[in-house]
Amino acid sequence: MSAVNTIVQGILLGGLYALYAAGLSLIFGVMRLVNLAHGDFIVLAAFVLLGLGTALGLPLPFALIIAVPFMFALGWALQRTILNRALTGDLLVPLLVTFGLSIIIQNGLLLAFSADSRRLSLGELETASLDLGALSIGVVPLLTFVVALAAIAGLSALFYRTPLGRTLRATSDSAEIVQIMGVNPRAVFAIAMGLSFIFIALAAFFMGVRANFDPSAGPARLLYGFEAVVIGGLGSIWGTLVGGIILGIAQTIGGSINPAWQTLAGHVVFLAVILIRPTGLFRRQ
Amino acid sequence: MSETVPAPTARTVIGTPISRAAMAGFAILVIGLVAAPAFVERSLVADLVLVFLMITLAQCWNLLAGYAGLISVGQQAFVGLGGYCLFALIILAGVDPLVAVLLTPLIVAVASVPIGFVVFRLQGAYFAVVTWVVAEVLRLLLAQWQALGGGTGNSLPRTATSEMFALEWVSESFGVRSAAGREIIIYWVALAAVVVVIALAYAMLRSRLGLALSAIRDGEMPAESVGVNILRNKFIVYIFAAFGASLAGALYFLHVSRISPDAAFSVLDWTAYVIFIVVIGGIGTIEGPIIGAILFVVLQSQFAVYGPWYLIALGAFGIVIILVAPRGIWGLFSQATGIQLFPTRRRLVLDNARTSNQGE
Repeated sequence: MSAVNTIVQGILLGGLYALYAAGLSLIFGVMRLVNLAHGDFIVLAAFVLLGLGTALGLPLPFALIIAVPFMFALGWALQRTILNRALTGDLLVPLLVTFGLSIIIQNGLLLAFSADSRRLSLGELETASLDLGALSIGVVPLLTFVVALAAIAGLSALFYRTPLGRTLRATSDSAEIVQIMGVNPRAVFAIAMGLSFIFIALAAFFMGVRANFDPSAGPARLLYGFEAVVIGGLGSIWGTLVGGIILGIAQTIGGSINPAWQTLAGHVVFLAVILIRPTGLFRRQ
Repeated sequence: MSETVPAPTARTVIGTPISRAAMAGFAILVIGLVAAPAFVERSLVADLVLVFLMITLAQCWNLLAGYAGLISVGQQAFVGLGGYCLFALIILAGVDPLVAVLLTPLIVAVASVPIGFVVFRLQGAYFAVVTWVVAEVLRLLLAQWQALGGGTGNSLPRTATSEMFALEWVSESFGVRSAAGREIIIYWVALAAVVVVIALAYAMLRSRLGLALSAIRDGEMPAESVGVNILRNKFIVYIFAAFGASLAGALYFLHVSRISPDAAFSVLDWTAYVIFIVVIGGIGTIEGPIIGAILFVVLQSQFAVYGPWYLIALGAFGIVIILVAPRGIWGLFSQATGIQLFPTRRRLVLDNARTSNQGE
């Protein structure tokens, strides 16, 4: 029964990783940009939630309601001011710009909030759990998973059922040709980055409630999100959920054998997946 | 129809008068640097070791990103492996530190082949992140290796370094204590390392490999269509970069005599700083990383006390350079003056162009 429990915990953890991954996958899909500061923005958003909670005394869910449009605006502005300039067709430029942003955010947070570990508080809900016979499911992990499911379903609906989604997909197919239809790809990129930052806000909320975070926690979040994207299949929205779940299960199984192996097990499964599914370079002749 | 016109013969030339003069200048500089420990302060010797190691790392990253189009944010994997390989050879196998420094890059270069098979599965931006994942895996694995101190790390035993090869002779001839003598030996080996890595990088770029890399850089598909084996050429550069990074790592951790997983696999120290050096100095040139590394060590010694503010400024400076002047300091200088100290581009020279014109 404990094996089942481990897998259930892994699936629920996968919901959090899917939230990390969906934002990354979205912007890679639309503009072929890998945001190396993605994890740092998640941590930044967690500190924003913390700040709203302590400075304004807001309950955490209300802080999230304020943080979502704020993060959307931040992503939009970031794309408009810096990242659109970085999309020169040279792969190096966006990678280096986002890597630089990563260092700036980490050190900015360090100055503002010190290196102490923090946590977001949801009060009694944090420890609440549902008892299903031998299984005990935490309310927060379950909520994370449900929100991830809903957010990804929402993104999928937006992508395939709305005019904005059509524009996003068309821009993804060819940023040149959409200009003939009167679309400004840079404006579309800014909206995509804003949407990615909504996922960042959601991810930050659940990351902060589930575990401690500090200014240096970003890169690990980036790697988990990235691994979920690749495991699930590049460019697939629902794939990020599958990838997140596989990564989550790998980590909880690894961690149940030896706590030091939790992260390692996730990385190893990811490397095994890319070995089994070759892409590009090793293509058969 | 009259007599046949001799076809113009052409040859390719790489060097220029300036580059030949620069080589002579560099030779004199290296001789001066070899003798430097005899007449400069000990702190400068330590700073120069850092300059040499950062130039070595920067040349390797520059070969990867600037020539082979392989953007890695995981070179700390090889720096860390180099450090741990050195410690394992010294502590567990009882090898002399100097011999261990020479063996380490060879061992790590061999280890980089299977690692390369994994990371080469993904391309472009994804390659970058996979290299980082691999470095994390190695960090987590080595933190489990209790014989070398596990997560908290380990120091080199005093006996291992005090009995180092040639130490007695150096200490006596310079009239210094054994700790200072050890620094001088490390300084010389670091100088030799940077000279060898630059010479090899330069030779590689002027060879067929360099030609293949420029073809790949200009367009992978056209390069492949004229018979360039893209994967093979990139892989050679990848292995060479692992070799150089592990050599720098071995020397650094011998220099500080202490290693821990977090220090050995630090993405900030071994990748972020190195990228900064290459981008500021000038990516895609041999000169750029040298200038960038010197600038970096100077900045580091002046401003590192400002901690996070310094790093924020460094990050912002890097972003501005890549957006505004993506060819860096040396690129701007070279563009303005036409001067190249390490030219790698082939120029076509027609020997009897005039004769053939007269024949028409």
